[in-house]
Amino acid sequence: MFIELERRPAHSTLYSALSPFIALILTLVAGAILFAVMGINPAKGLYSFFIEPLTEVWSLHELAIKAAPLILIATGLSICFLSSNWNIGAEGQFILGAIFGSILPVLFHEQVGIWVLPAMMIMGMIGGALWALIPALLKTRFGANEILTSLMLVYVAELFLDWLVRGAWRNPEGFNFPETRSFSPGQILPEVLDSGRAHYGAVLAIVAVLIAWFMMAKTIRGFEVKVIGQAPKAGQFAGFDAKRVTIVAFMISGALAGLAGIAEVSGAIQQLRPTISPGYGFTAIIVAFLGRLNPVGVFAAGLVLALSFLGSEAAQISLGVSDKLGRVFQGMLLFFVLACDTLIHYRIRITGWAGRARTGET
Amino acid sequence: MGVAEAVLLTIITASTPLLIAALGELVTERSGVLNLGVEGMMIMGAVAGFAFAQISGSAYVGALGGMLAGAVFSLLFAFLTLSLVANQVATGLALTILGLGLSGLLGEAYIGQPGIKMEPIVIPLLSQIPFIGKLLFAQDLIFYISIALLIAVNWFLFRTRAGLTLRSVGDNHSSAHALGINVIAVRYMAVIFGGACSGLAGAHLSLVQVPQWVENMSAGRGWIALALVVFASWRPMRVLFGAYLFGAVGIAQLHIQALGFSVPSQFLSSLPYIATIIVLVIISGNRRLTLINTPASLGKGFVPDR
Repeated sequence: MFIELERRPAHSTLYSALSPFIALILTLVAGAILFAVMGINPAKGLYSFFIEPLTEVWSLHELAIKAAPLILIATGLSICFLSSNWNIGAEGQFILGAIFGSILPVLFHEQVGIWVLPAMMIMGMIGGALWALIPALLKTRFGANEILTSLMLVYVAELFLDWLVRGAWRNPEGFNFPETRSFSPGQILPEVLDSGRAHYGAVLAIVAVLIAWFMMAKTIRGFEVKVIGQAPKAGQFAGFDAKRVTIVAFMISGALAGLAGIAEVSGAIQQLRPTISPGYGFTAIIVAFLGRLNPVGVFAAGLVLALSFLGSEAAQISLGVSDKLGRVFQGMLLFFVLACDTLIHYRIRITGWAGRARTGET
Repeated sequence: MGVAEAVLLTIITASTPLLIAALGELVTERSGVLNLGVEGMMIMGAVAGFAFAQISGSAYVGALGGMLAGAVFSLLFAFLTLSLVANQVATGLALTILGLGLSGLLGEAYIGQPGIKMEPIVIPLLSQIPFIGKLLFAQDLIFYISIALLIAVNWFLFRTRAGLTLRSVGDNHSSAHALGINVIAVRYMAVIFGGACSGLAGAHLSLVQVPQWVENMSAGRGWIALALVVFASWRPMRVLFGAYLFGAVGIAQLHIQALGFSVPSQFLSSLPYIATIIVLVIISGNRRLTLINTPASLGKGFVPDR
């Protein structure tokens, strides 16, 4: 059996819209098979993984809490990926954002006032943007591969955070636990409408999606990003500066990852710990692709991937399966998304040996 | 055994998986395919290596299992990027994410279990040579394989017709196709070879270095192997130098701590990653070096026209 690809004259708008859904269905099918292999009734497995977390109000709050950082990070990443800049170090920018944003609550604990929270958020964005600026500059100045440098910086950021919370920033009254002071009430991102759990991070995510959508669809800056990404030569003729686009794209995505970091720390954790992220920065890469690098798509995709986090926790409790299952689902989903994207640009023909012989393998 | 000998031994152990994984990726990239999934294939090799050793009771079967797992896992990548021309960067990342998840799931039962260590093979006479004998001729099988692999890859790429074919596919897939070379088939083989190497490198971690299964035990080594290929500007012999340099940097932290310097351990642990960045910057800044050797079709998809 062989697979033959035939380029479509124009890319298919139908499959462009359908491919994420086909990928989701294929992931569910593969998930059902996986459950069956593990000796769990597939229907029951899929139900407790994907439906059960949506049936209770508190778990919908959890969904919003988990989706917010994913959407924030992925919105920035889609701008970066569209410009053909492969920032895969969002996890590190998330951490640096959390650290920068925590300077106020950790070192100036008594500081309160209406300006404190906005200042923390802005500091977080600066921290993330600066950390993202490193691979951007190394790429534009020295041609160093941004995939590798941005990823290496994730490990450095994790170790830096670890050093801070065990050393200089450790809570003096914390019985030697590796964590900072708890933030004071005025330094904690409040709940939306006294809702119970979900904090203003979710609102920040929605705002970011709207701004990104406006920028990409309506401004020359957004157009520049897309042209440089798809046709660098044409961009040059139009007078666009590819290096500047690289730097801007990296800093936007770094700033949003940093904002996600400080929002998560200030809203959900309320102090710094050695580990502050269950891999949001990496999962956001999947969110960006599932959302077809489009802010509105990213919003929907963020909810789906947040569900995979909740689902793996729920399935761990109700079925006793490993919480690693969530990661496996995420990986499979990205595979299927990428495979289905082929449908947009190509017709796929499956030919047997006979068919191949007839077309005369030349 | 002297201090110097002991230090060098640990460096060799730390460098061997880097060397093997980087050599595999070098062959893959020479064929024009950029597989960023090294970390994922390596961790699959580590968990499979451990599992096969546990089941069979033999570390050698384990190593073989690790190799097999890496190769099979790389097929996923090959199918997507070669048969479906999916984006190579994104697919490589997918392979890494899936590998880290799947290995965690498969390895859960093995956490904390004592592993089976691959015993060194002492070569008679040669191992009696003062100093280098103990270092080079009383090692585990995977170390010997890594050296053989280095020589074989170098010979294959630059001294055989098949190697020339592989490089031509990587440099200009359209011309190679026009000459009647089956570009996709060559690339499939190169990707699978890279996968097998990454798998073996992973098995080295769980059978020689640690003899245990620890989640995420590859800890970025797959990414460092990717950087090594750039560092070596796609030349096998330079990979040897790079792998041992990085192995030494990774080991240095342990010895600096042992010497009692009061440097934060986190800073020392971050050295290999910082070193990778610095090296990438230095090498990439040298345009002449990179432009001559970078496979021209690297990372570009190919659809044969009929």
